[in-house]
Amino acid sequence: MAQKLTANRLIDGVVLYWRAGGWTESFAEGEVLPTEEAAQAALAAARESVPRNEVVGVYLFDLTGAQPLKEREIIRALGPTIRPDLGKQAAR
Amino acid sequence: MYRYDEFDAAFVRERTEQFRYQVERRLKGELNEDQFKPFRLMNGLYLQLHAYMLRVAVPYGTLSAPQLSMLAHIARKYDKGYGHFTTRQNIQYNWPKLKDVPDILAELATVEMHAIQTSGNCIRNVTADHFAGAAADEIEDPRPVAEIVRQWSSLHPEFTFLPRKFKVAVSGSPHDRAALKFHDLAIEVVKNEASRVGYRITIGGGLGRTPYIGYVTGDFVEKPDLLSFLEAVLRVYNENGRRDNIYKARIKILAHSLGEAEMRERVLREFIEIKRAGTLQVPQEEQARIEAYFAPPEFEALQDTALPADGALGQWITSNVHKHRAPGYVLATISLKPIGGVPGDISHEQLDGVAALMEEFGYGEIRASHEQNLVLPHVKQSDLPAIFARLEALGLATPNAGLISDIICCPGLDYCDLANARSIPVAQKIATRFADGKRQHDIGELKIKISGCINACGHHHAGHIGILGVDKKGVEFYQLQLGGSAAEDASIGDIMGPGFAEDEIVDAVERVVDLYVTLRRPGERFLDTYRRIGMEPFKNIAYQEQLHAAH
Repeated sequence: MAQKLTANRLIDGVVLYWRAGGWTESFAEGEVLPTEEAAQAALAAARESVPRNEVVGVYLFDLTGAQPLKEREIIRALGPTIRPDLGKQAAR
Repeated sequence: MYRYDEFDAAFVRERTEQFRYQVERRLKGELNEDQFKPFRLMNGLYLQLHAYMLRVAVPYGTLSAPQLSMLAHIARKYDKGYGHFTTRQNIQYNWPKLKDVPDILAELATVEMHAIQTSGNCIRNVTADHFAGAAADEIEDPRPVAEIVRQWSSLHPEFTFLPRKFKVAVSGSPHDRAALKFHDLAIEVVKNEASRVGYRITIGGGLGRTPYIGYVTGDFVEKPDLLSFLEAVLRVYNENGRRDNIYKARIKILAHSLGEAEMRERVLREFIEIKRAGTLQVPQEEQARIEAYFAPPEFEALQDTALPADGALGQWITSNVHKHRAPGYVLATISLKPIGGVPGDISHEQLDGVAALMEEFGYGEIRASHEQNLVLPHVKQSDLPAIFARLEALGLATPNAGLISDIICCPGLDYCDLANARSIPVAQKIATRFADGKRQHDIGELKIKISGCINACGHHHAGHIGILGVDKKGVEFYQLQLGGSAAEDASIGDIMGPGFAEDEIVDAVERVVDLYVTLRRPGERFLDTYRRIGMEPFKNIAYQEQLHAAH
């Protein structure tokens, strides 16, 4: 199952997604990691951001198609379902 | 209102500066997350689903107008324009930046507020009956006791690293509005046969994955002995509580595995030891000094008058206004449960508006309730029309206190990192389904409580109707529980059966409520009818659609 990689930015807590050796605030721009090998390699690289004090709480999550498999990650990628004016969805 | 003395002020100032230094070190990389996490939790700062979350303490639920204005200012300047009142009388901000938190704490300290004891395995912020100091049925205002416990427990070296968190509630009334029996420890002001005032101590209550109703370990603790008795309970817990298993570490597990008799015996033994040492008594002058801060305002000599009963004002008075100890005065609940809104949320404009209202009509004081509402504790009956008009303008005049749409609800999966399912949308849909005021008043007292996970921040075990959100293979389902109560008739709700899908749960609740309306006897609340007839009829009607589908 394809995965993406996420974390929170240390200084302000903003949700980030891994993209080609760096981080982006956009779920859509996050890199799709098609295999477990790719996911583990990205995870190892991403964890190097932790001692550089850029992010906290790095983890992988599953996708179904282009979307997160679990409701939790859908909400994390968009914002609270009951406040469309808040979170990443607000910038759309 | 309690005012900080020099020790309180210095303590909060020092803690703020310590945390500023800790944040600086974290951002520079001198502390890693594992080292920093205990410091941020000790200052009420969590990392949630979308961002950091700061939980600010509201000791015993009492706030002044300048404090409410400061909460508005924090929401405006550092967050996204609103705050969320919790089921422990605290307020949470959902979007603060780590780099701003030291400044937020410094600003809070200017109005004698902080975020200490809102997280971690310590004695948490003490909660109180939100009608304290004003209720008609009160023996004595319990908030001085809560303040004494706060002073005693803040930084207590023996109890800073308990096996698990420890929640204390206080009440001075026989009618329990503080969910006493679901706390780790509850202090209830009582009178003995000689009409002397003392305390009844209940321990071992709790919700979460293993709900228990607390039991009495101290039938009548004399006032000067309170801290000795609490220290005895805490010492037994600290020494014997399970530290090997987080799910079995609360005092409720210890209290119910030892049993009442053994627990009483152990507490009594410690109590006698502490008494023998003779060092832990509350000095009378200190008790009097603290009590003086909580003296009620100087009420005018008024008479009770007939309150309006018609129209929108009458409907609001019927549900949201409560009997006061002083003639001519009432308590007024400001519902934070607008139909279709987020339970407990309040905007910065509303916070400022309520602060102005408090100054003009409410002796500058307000309470946060564990039911996620605000309460004006002392208002003149004659001011009710003006207060109602102001609340209407602020969008805070929902006439539903204690009714079916006055739902306790945790933040759930919309905000919380621990949640399994969303809870707020379910609360919104139920409130919208029962929006009709006439129908709500006809249904009468009915407490719905919703949690988005087994940790039970939404107190679902104690709801007349409780709803627990669960994750079933990635899909949200909702279990119904019936028959819980957080009042003096405390009970844990019974689980009905398999969960309902998100699009089924509101219909199921409505069928249950409609059946109650059909079967109730005169004067019976939902809870009374449930206790009389049991689960079966409600279960049959709740699953009716599924049964039809199966046939």
